[in-house]
Amino acid sequence: MAAHIVPITDTPIDETPEIDLAPIKKVSIICSKGALDMAYPGLILANAARMSGIEATLFFTFWGLDVVTNKKIDNLKLSPVGNPSMGMPTVLGSLPGMSWLATKMMKRTIDKLDIPPVREMIETLDDAGAELYACRLAADMMNLKREDFVPQVKDIITAMDFFDKSKGASIIFI
Amino acid sequence: MQALNTEAKTINVDGEGYLVDPSQWDRDVAAELARSAGLELSDRHWEVIEFCRKDWEATGQAPGLRRITKVGGVPTKEIYKLFPGGPGKLAAKIAGLHKPTSCV
Repeated sequence: MAAHIVPITDTPIDETPEIDLAPIKKVSIICSKGALDMAYPGLILANAARMSGIEATLFFTFWGLDVVTNKKIDNLKLSPVGNPSMGMPTVLGSLPGMSWLATKMMKRTIDKLDIPPVREMIETLDDAGAELYACRLAADMMNLKREDFVPQVKDIITAMDFFDKSKGASIIFI
Repeated sequence: MQALNTEAKTINVDGEGYLVDPSQWDRDVAAELARSAGLELSDRHWEVIEFCRKDWEATGQAPGLRRITKVGGVPTKEIYKLFPGGPGKLAAKIAGLHKPTSCV
């Protein structure tokens, strides 16, 4: 017997709202990590945003402060321990020299792809008009002052300031 | 696909404004592409465009911004001023190249 489906109301069942495809105008990136592999995503995203004409604000907090601290920026490391994506058993990864080796290998790959070292990426971002800020709370916790940061850090601000500066922005947490 | 009109010929561009047929490019086309992006080309603009085309001929790809600054010798601040809002893409577009694929 053929079935004849009759809706009992005239409300359509699928009420998916239309997606607003307006281009992104501003992006705010929170950088909370300081290992070499996790320093790059925030910087590359900010750079891609600038290259697309999108305003970019970066907020470095906790270990992310290492990425903008003068003494640390050139020596960010990679650890294969506790990093399941690297596929190395902890027992091996924790041997002396493994972190140094992993860091060296990653740097080599980065160079080969013509990706700049972290310090240069920060300079490029600043020249490209991105705004870089350090987190007040994290700086206090690590006893870091303005002069400890690279010159491209515009200011040390609180999380509330960060939200003020992120009005209208898409926020990304790394 | 839209068509640009330079005085004598019709040039087809894709949905993002890049030339469909790169062999149609010449300085008039570049000037027209710039005009439709609201830009007037100075000598410095032409230097960048010429570098992009030379680099594309040498490497087969539109140069990323980092190449334009390092190899082409145009400082980052300057390139963002010359080609506002997406400089690598805009320069490649006006130079008649494909969209650059580099992330730096």
